[in-house]
Amino acid sequence: MPYDCIVCVKQVPDTANVTASAMNEDGTVNRAALPAIFNPEDLHALEAALEVRDRYGGTVTAISMGPPKAAEVLRDCLYRGADRVILLTDRRAAASDTLATSYILSQAIRTLGRYDLVFCGRQAIDGDTAQVGPQCAEKLGIPQITYMEQMGELREGIVRVRRNIGHGWEVVECPLPVLITVIPAANQPRPPAAKRVMRYKRARAAAELAAQVKAEMPEAPEDLIAAEVQRRVEALRAEGLLIEQWDLDRIGADLSRCGMAGSPTKVFRIQSIVLKREGHVQVPPTEDGIRQLVRELVVDRILG
Amino acid sequence: MEPNREGEVWVLAEQEDGSLHDVALELCGKARQLADQLNVKVGAVLAGHRVRHLVDRLIAHGADRVYLVDDERLAHYQTGSYARVMCTLVEQHRPQIVMYGATPLGRDLAPRVASYLRAGMTADCTDLQISDVTEARTGKVHKNLLLQIRPAFGGNIIATIVNYDQWPQMATVREGVMPMLPADHSRKGTVVEAQVALTAADMPLRLMERHLEPRKVNLKGARVIVAGGGGIGSKENFRLLYELAGAIGGAVGASRAAVDSGYIGKEYQIGQTGTTVRPALYIAVGISGAVQHRAGMEESAKIIAINTDPQAPIFSIAHYGIVGDYKKVIPMMLRALKERK
Ligand SMILES: Cc1cc2nc3c(=O)[nH]c(=O)nc-3n(C[C@H](O)[C@H](O)[C@H](O)COP(=O)(O)OP(=O)(O)OC[C@H]3O[C@@H](n4cnc5c(N)ncnc54)[C@H](O)[C@@H]3O)c2cc1C
Repeated sequence: MPYDCIVCVKQVPDTANVTASAMNEDGTVNRAALPAIFNPEDLHALEAALEVRDRYGGTVTAISMGPPKAAEVLRDCLYRGADRVILLTDRRAAASDTLATSYILSQAIRTLGRYDLVFCGRQAIDGDTAQVGPQCAEKLGIPQITYMEQMGELREGIVRVRRNIGHGWEVVECPLPVLITVIPAANQPRPPAAKRVMRYKRARAAAELAAQVKAEMPEAPEDLIAAEVQRRVEALRAEGLLIEQWDLDRIGADLSRCGMAGSPTKVFRIQSIVLKREGHVQVPPTEDGIRQLVRELVVDRILG
Repeated sequence: MEPNREGEVWVLAEQEDGSLHDVALELCGKARQLADQLNVKVGAVLAGHRVRHLVDRLIAHGADRVYLVDDERLAHYQTGSYARVMCTLVEQHRPQIVMYGATPLGRDLAPRVASYLRAGMTADCTDLQISDVTEARTGKVHKNLLLQIRPAFGGNIIATIVNYDQWPQMATVREGVMPMLPADHSRKGTVVEAQVALTAADMPLRLMERHLEPRKVNLKGARVIVAGGGGIGSKENFRLLYELAGAIGGAVGASRAAVDSGYIGKEYQIGQTGTTVRPALYIAVGISGAVQHRAGMEESAKIIAINTDPQAPIFSIAHYGIVGDYKKVIPMMLRALKERK
């Protein structure tokens, strides 16, 4: 029996080497200042969906919410095997917290209609909140299974999953549809397939084409730009290389639940981590130095 | 929900098979402090089956009221049933703050509840404070808001999050960061027997099998920790650290570089994505002192750093610094300790 899977993927700044200079005054992140990557755990979510399709048939649709540049991770999804990708982009969605984000994603999933499984990475490395998956499931009114570490059988509309619970694991069964968040132990993401890279490397979303055209003809009048964008959109569509792009109207979103307005949490203050500069006692690496240190620790009752 | 300034400060009393998770007691202590500032009561939500015996401990650690939901269908945690319990009780009693441990369970449950209530939710807080806040956009002063403080962006920044007007203010709190208050058995509190209507739709999951590993590593409880990093160089070399830990009655911990290199298991990792510890003495051996590591240990009472690189950032938070090769320094320490006996 075939299953239709949806995967939520996010493009994230590579947080491994961030400095405070990558932050805007208002505490939001200046993503442009950092290299953008495919959120690592979302690759595992994609792989989980692809494995379901390989085994049982069906479809894999990847959705990403973000600026036009987020289409990069959607191309990566196409390279790795996704059947359909959708870029969810809208300025009015900017500054959404996890609650607003999950609302928007759930509206997009509803717009897609039929589905059996939704996969998300457990968390994104820019926020590490792990909230969007569960919140999205709640908004869809479907069960959630978090921290999947092994996918089990799918049988007669019931999925079996082994989930990590920190100090062990449990195996649960749940009727479909269900939302599952995935941890890296679950699988080994497949690399992009060379053939698919050749086929999809020119795939673009309309917003990307618009940015391209503007960059190429900065002096041109608006209507000329619009016409050129339209021409390129149609050309790509004819080749089957146009990445679907949705905005908040397309998914029937209530604007009061999106963006800043729909976000109950507000960033009040951001501090970059500063090293304390208190001096420390230099202990020479000699028998005498160390003996002295041990004595001091005993006197201070730190060593008993 | 509208802010309810008379609302209590709540804690989810996480338990498993009838035993309380440490973080529940840590949170009771923090809730006590916040509630005293706000002049309100502390409530603990205790859901499960045959868990009544845990009530006294919650009260001894700071709870004024324990909302007890005892139902055999709550014997094993699942998101739907526990979310139903929390949402029902929050709607009935309208607490102003709800805290959960940032455990796998807390991080599964809290966002589901927040989504239902359409409340704000901050994950993985390392500190919580009460303060008046002026809203930058409107200039409005909000009295006594909960400041939800957490590392963000891979640990490179500390963000303070607030919820102005969509309450309750909810947060998950990292394990081990709030000190557990000593139990005070003379404290008095009350039990509120709560009834929550559960339906089959709240329990879609069927538990087929469960496997719990004993919590072998008790880093949080250790008075002394000897932690090794990438500089240790091999699994075999970690033996020296075990010897040192053995000689001073401490536990062994590690940085992520040591874990990733396979020198030691993941459960020993200290830092942002590992355990947070605050021992009396922390000996960092061959650890550079990246922010993500420091986030999990800089509250230690005394820190000794052993590193060949005098520029290593770990020295900037150390109380004692030894610039040198640990392979020479640790044997010296072992000898000095032996001499003492
Ligand atoms: C999102 C995120 C989360 C993270 N979470 C954590 C976390 O929870 N915990 C954590 O620890 N890290 C975490 N990290 C990784 C962190 O950034 C560092 O990479 C890691 O802490 C480095 O470990 P290290 O200092 O042991 O290793 P290295 O950086 O390899 O440093 C080794 C040190 O050993 C010294 N040394 C070498 N040989 C000797 C010798 N013979 N004697 C004495 N000293 C010697 C070197 O001078 C050097 O300072 C995280 C990173 C990210 C991006």
